[in-house]
Amino acid sequence: MITEEKRQIFIFLIFALALLAAPVFFRESYLLTVLVFIGIHTMLAVALNLLMGYAGQISLGHAAFFGLGAYLSGILTTRFGLDPWLVIILAALCAAVVAFVIGFPILKLKGHYLAMATLGFGIIIYIVFNETVDWTGGPSGLSSIPSLQIGTIIFDSDLYNYYLVWIITLCVMLLSINLSQSRIGRALRAVHDSEVAARVMGINAWFLKVQIFTVSAFISAVAGSLYAHALTFISPASFGFNFSVELVTMVVVGGLGSIYGSFLGAAILTVLPEFLRVFEDFDVVIYGLLLIIMNMFMPGGLISGLEMLAQKVVLKIKKKRHADA
Amino acid sequence: MLKVNNITKTFGGLTALEDVSLSVCRGSITGIIGPNGAGKTTLFNIITGLYTQSAGEVFLEGKNISYFPPETLAGLGLVRTFQNVELFGQMTVWENVMVGLHTKSRSGFFSCAFKLPRQIREEKFIREKSMHWLDFTGIADIARMRADNLPFGKSRLLEISRALALEPRIVLMDEPAAGLNSRETLQLAAVIRRIKELGITVVLVEHDMDLVMDICEVIIVLNLGKKLAQGTPREVQENPEVIAAYLGED
Repeated sequence: MITEEKRQIFIFLIFALALLAAPVFFRESYLLTVLVFIGIHTMLAVALNLLMGYAGQISLGHAAFFGLGAYLSGILTTRFGLDPWLVIILAALCAAVVAFVIGFPILKLKGHYLAMATLGFGIIIYIVFNETVDWTGGPSGLSSIPSLQIGTIIFDSDLYNYYLVWIITLCVMLLSINLSQSRIGRALRAVHDSEVAARVMGINAWFLKVQIFTVSAFISAVAGSLYAHALTFISPASFGFNFSVELVTMVVVGGLGSIYGSFLGAAILTVLPEFLRVFEDFDVVIYGLLLIIMNMFMPGGLISGLEMLAQKVVLKIKKKRHADA
Repeated sequence: MLKVNNITKTFGGLTALEDVSLSVCRGSITGIIGPNGAGKTTLFNIITGLYTQSAGEVFLEGKNISYFPPETLAGLGLVRTFQNVELFGQMTVWENVMVGLHTKSRSGFFSCAFKLPRQIREEKFIREKSMHWLDFTGIADIARMRADNLPFGKSRLLEISRALALEPRIVLMDEPAAGLNSRETLQLAAVIRRIKELGITVVLVEHDMDLVMDICEVIIVLNLGKKLAQGTPREVQENPEVIAAYLGED
């Protein structure tokens, strides 16, 4: 009998190997670029899922942390010539500090009020990106951000960026899976299910929510820095309210409270618009319809839809075997 | 052990509790009874930090715990169960009890994410210890079931197992027998007695008079927000004021 833990390590290894081998089959530069985006979006969706799927707290302003990472990396490397790797850590720490400070008042709020507060935060940061033209370049964006570099390897090709982004994303996923199955993960889910019972069990719900908000912001900022270095150009439009909503959609479509679900959600929502280009003007309509259909038939997200499908197939095979015998 | 001094609680113009004082002896089973609306659950909510009182103080072993939030009280060994059973529905029975061991473990975000050796040892301890508490109430066989799929009687036992996992000094149970059939109530009585044997003080609010008279050593009667009587089951049963309150005589 294989233990649950070994089964999970096995699944993760297969998943990681499949992703690391993917460039062998997808040599086209365009496809690799899409896969790099899926990686960055997965990281963001996992970060938001820790907050939404596990702790049950919504954020409609997560693009702001993504943007903070991207802009801090962009500004500190182009204008101050700081080491990009150092800046990634600095930027992530900055975003974490911001999240920690605003988290205390914001996470006292619940439900719609929390949604409003995070929405407001996201919009404020977006305005800052747009208006501080001297620093961020304003609406026309910030260009010529240097590529990352280790020794003589410069991450300026799609293939290098693919490996860079996905190795970090896989680490984030593994650490998140570990976290979700630990004492902290259980405490987060407890707060989600019944905050009052969680508190009676000795969990400081408020502080725990602030902590996971901070961790989530940290990961989002790392994704932002990688995005800035991979694209070498950023503009405020990528970090606005629309993108915050898209992140929430990724988490919900993929499956709340599932790390692999976040990958599925990120993958589908990144790839779908590309495929729907053939429909030209109708792409948005079909996109919307598909989202509605997915949510209607798989309310637990794609991941639980897949699980249910797998169970049905197994059941059918068993029945057939039974009938044959 | 637990002392409540002159607690008053008003909701707007309504006085739910008025100048209620009581004390609970260490290692005893104390019952709080009274007609509907007497303020029993309000009193529990104040003691356990879910409500703040308008006036008065609460002491736990001489320490003033008035205005402490529930998470701090859990660390001091005071825990409660709920009238409507507050379980973590999306989690398994086993995981529910593991959450009860939150105060008995201390791995933080970092050691949990990186699975440091200390965390792995602690996780093993949590799994074993939580199984012990499931055994204690006799529901270890359903450890892997999802908590929101449980029949009501089992979810009551689960809530008690989870509370015991904190290794509390005192457990407050809000109507533990509500919704249970007579067989389940007997089972519950046996569990409560065994909790007492562990040296844990038990306070319960209860409507099931047979259960209260059977297991409680001291009974406190509340009526209309005031303390009416305190004594042994026999004394309380013979108290004319109590009889009047329950039967509605003048």
